[in-house]
Amino acid sequence: MNIKTILSTVDPEITDRLVANRREFFRSSALKLGAMASAPLVLAMASQQAFGQELPQEIVDVLTFALTLEHIEDAFYRSGLEADGLIPEEYVGIFNQIGKHEAAHVAFLSTALGSAAIERPALDLTAGGTYADALTNFETYLTLSQTFEDLGVAAYKGQAGNLIENDDILQAALQIHSVEARHAAIVRKIGGKKSWDGAFDEPMTKEQVLEAATPFLA
Amino acid sequence: MTQDISRRRLLKWTGASAGIAVAGAMLPNFGISAALAADLGEGDIGVLNYAYALEQLEAAFYTMVIDSPFEGMTDEETDWLTDIRDHEVEHRDFLKEALGEGAIPDLEVDFSAVDFGDRHSVLMTAQTFEDLGVAAYNGAGKLIENGDYLLAAGKIVSVEARHAAAIRDMINMNSVSFAGDDVVDENGLDVAKEPAEVLAAADPFIVTEVTAMSLV
Repeated sequence: MNIKTILSTVDPEITDRLVANRREFFRSSALKLGAMASAPLVLAMASQQAFGQELPQEIVDVLTFALTLEHIEDAFYRSGLEADGLIPEEYVGIFNQIGKHEAAHVAFLSTALGSAAIERPALDLTAGGTYADALTNFETYLTLSQTFEDLGVAAYKGQAGNLIENDDILQAALQIHSVEARHAAIVRKIGGKKSWDGAFDEPMTKEQVLEAATPFLA
Repeated sequence: MTQDISRRRLLKWTGASAGIAVAGAMLPNFGISAALAADLGEGDIGVLNYAYALEQLEAAFYTMVIDSPFEGMTDEETDWLTDIRDHEVEHRDFLKEALGEGAIPDLEVDFSAVDFGDRHSVLMTAQTFEDLGVAAYNGAGKLIENGDYLLAAGKIVSVEARHAAAIRDMINMNSVSFAGDDVVDENGLDVAKEPAEVLAAADPFIVTEVTAMSLV
């Protein structure tokens, strides 16, 4: 399955189905700070050795795949933090922190991809109604959060081998990968679960990840 | 665990940067038998031995934590820390088996700086080891040539990150510490450290002389 095939069917104008008022987001929360602070650093990096050259298609594909997942996560946390009374007070700081990182990942990957970067695709966080109360029921929200985080961990892990020829991008991907794992650990803990399934985390192929993620693309 | 400070002072890790300078030269061994010293080796074997050394350290640490629980350890803490011990033992044994004949010997550890009866001392040490493990694997990925080994390292590192987050939340519950700004930067990237820096940080806890002459 090709990510571009899926994304080409998406109307780029409909970017914020669940995100009613984008300006409102930028006024609120620490998300703005996270995203903006990162931009100059990313640009500095991009203009130097790391991501300066024309990237091979294989790496563009991996980064585009990663950016798609980060867009989903970014929108998911923005929407959750905006939904009144969804996230209990004691966990708001945690979800703000996670959201800040996902926004930073979107900015980082977008800069790395340059003109090849995709915009946020149109999303349906209810997955066609399967999770109709995604933004009103914290239990559902937690379930989805864990799903996205564990999916992200498995996705980056599965792609590492495709980045083996590019040390800088491989390392950056690994540095995102472990942050997703930290997120997964805390979300699981909040949900009353162990932070892990076992001693080894298994990878997922791009096809497996897309199969899981596609219902959330509108 | 040894408290032999005089010997310990002689037997230090040699980090990669120092190792390069002396590569090929004779290192003084102060009369210590070969079994107590180890060079990690080169190439993927060197990287795997590097990981194996860190997993040995972690496994030994959590074995102590469970064998001599800190005062007031709750059932839940016992449960979680036992899981972590078991994971580190699995990581250690997995790497040892993968390395086969190329594996470095068992390392002698020194946890004299840790007060195993004190929750804070234990958890802060755990946090140090977990964050260090994450940073070590993140920095070592690019040194690995074989895709299968890279995947194996990836399967371990995210579990270390899960440990790190859980331990951090035990210390500062419901705070942002699980992925705090001290370990995740403005780009949302976790720490990555080169072997020399990791080995220097691990040095106080390891008695055996370990050199990384070829790990760059």
